[in-house]
Amino acid sequence: MGRTLAEKILSSKSASDLKAGDIAIAKVDLVFIQDTTGPLAVRQFESIGFKTLSNPEKTLIFLDHAAPSPSRELSNDHSLLRHFAREKGARLSEVGEGICHQLVLESYASPGETLVGADSHAVTAGGLGSFATGMGSTDVAVVMGLGKTWFRVPESFKVELVGQFKPMVSGKDLITSLIGNLGADGATYKALEFGGPGLKNISMSQRFTVASMVVEAGAKVGLFPSDELTRAFLKENGRGDKYRPLFSDTDASYERLVEVELGKLEPMVSCPHMVDNVARARELKGVKINQVFIGTCTNGRLEDLEVAAAILKGKKVHLGTRLIVAPASRKVFLKAMKKGHIQTLIEAGAVVTPVGCAACLGLHQGVLADGEVCLSTANRNFKGRMGNPEAFIYLASPATAAASAIAGEIVDPREFA
Amino acid sequence: MLKGRAFKFGDDISTDLIIPGRLAHLRSNLPELAKHVLEDAAPGFASRVRPGDFVVAGRNFGLGSSREHAPVAIKMAGVSAVLAQSAARIFFRNAINVGLPVLICDTSKIADGDELEIDLAVTTVRDLSNGTQLSSGRIPEVMLRILEEGGLVEYIKKYGDFEVKGK
Repeated sequence: MGRTLAEKILSSKSASDLKAGDIAIAKVDLVFIQDTTGPLAVRQFESIGFKTLSNPEKTLIFLDHAAPSPSRELSNDHSLLRHFAREKGARLSEVGEGICHQLVLESYASPGETLVGADSHAVTAGGLGSFATGMGSTDVAVVMGLGKTWFRVPESFKVELVGQFKPMVSGKDLITSLIGNLGADGATYKALEFGGPGLKNISMSQRFTVASMVVEAGAKVGLFPSDELTRAFLKENGRGDKYRPLFSDTDASYERLVEVELGKLEPMVSCPHMVDNVARARELKGVKINQVFIGTCTNGRLEDLEVAAAILKGKKVHLGTRLIVAPASRKVFLKAMKKGHIQTLIEAGAVVTPVGCAACLGLHQGVLADGEVCLSTANRNFKGRMGNPEAFIYLASPATAAASAIAGEIVDPREFA
Repeated sequence: MLKGRAFKFGDDISTDLIIPGRLAHLRSNLPELAKHVLEDAAPGFASRVRPGDFVVAGRNFGLGSSREHAPVAIKMAGVSAVLAQSAARIFFRNAINVGLPVLICDTSKIADGDELEIDLAVTTVRDLSNGTQLSSGRIPEVMLRILEEGGLVEYIKKYGDFEVKGK
């Protein structure tokens, strides 16, 4: 019997032949914490009595969620993490370097490896074939100390992709539509495995967008095969030696098969207050927006800023609407600047906030007022997410966000641009 | 045996509703954070809940973030167990790791304020207010062992490693 990507990777990391449903201990190749989950992980690491990191070179600490820190308390949390990194030899990523998930893609994660992060969007690295999943601080503290953890091997849903996107439709619309179909708990405990002939038409940037949001359907991991595009991505980031081809077996067994014709997808939007509360952008025409946010681990990459800049070039953000842009990493920011996208966005009226998670999780840099509406390229629109339970958050692609910023209301970017 | 009152919540109670990002500055001050637990879902919850009470919810409890501070804050507020029709993966694992039992059972017949009695050993829930008895799904052996030790910190302190077999 053949194996799914999840079964293959976990089998190789536990030196046994695992099938869905098995519980096993597996080696964890890469582990990370960030500034809102890290301090608790450090305290738990110390409570257990660990003195040293299992693999300091592969233990990463990111200061990205509150970056730069907006409060004394969070500054003290940053101090604690900096001190721990120095003392234990972990790799510290300072304020301004970027969002943990983006930096993991650029510099650390590799196909066929296991990754555990103290952040639910750690699943982003599944886009390059890494078994990457989010866990809480104590689980991650144990991984930092032991270099391994226990996993239940997930059953997999195969998402078979066919064809290619129409203009103004992208990976964000694919994953939003999929979450709408599966439901916010439709893939709980499962692996979503992407494949099919349409795969070659989905850029790495968009694969990361898709992978980052599998957790919004409850999934443990979202896995893309490692193919020629993966090879090119790793090479471009100076890590060509990390490439290895990785595909599931043709006779692997899946709990469910979902086929998606990419050419039939339209610009999609998640409506308040659930990611699976999905509508077509054209059905929401007339919904006025106070704030547009383009950024995050889901849609803050160069390709995303490029799409937004192309739509906003020579245009102005609607009076009464503000546009906030936060590049996902320093590398992304510098490239976007060199290509003129940042200039274009600022000329259109955007405010560019520091590299990092920025306005996504409601602790700074774009908190909403009572009754305000935000259209965001992020991954969550739960009540209270952007700092105010009295506000309303819609989620969409960079194309829909940029077009809507010009219109001052939600629009279908195909009609507007 | 656990005994307390039910505080009823609906479906899809996210970690942002349990402890929102706007309170991230309190994450290194857990007693203070616990005073705000679930306040956006049920204003005043932390001041009304008494030690031993239960959070009783619908589907997909704890969806969203990996923040372990969510089950920690629920526990610190005095809640002795969470009962839900289903729970999000990371929340479930976190709750067990911090010693907060989560029982997956049909919570639809439990009303807000009902007196409940829970036997964790045989995973049954008795609703003393309406006289019904529910049984909950079994949790995997590895998680049961962690819960028995009071959480993952205590478990690893005692065993030094995971001892996992079977399913």
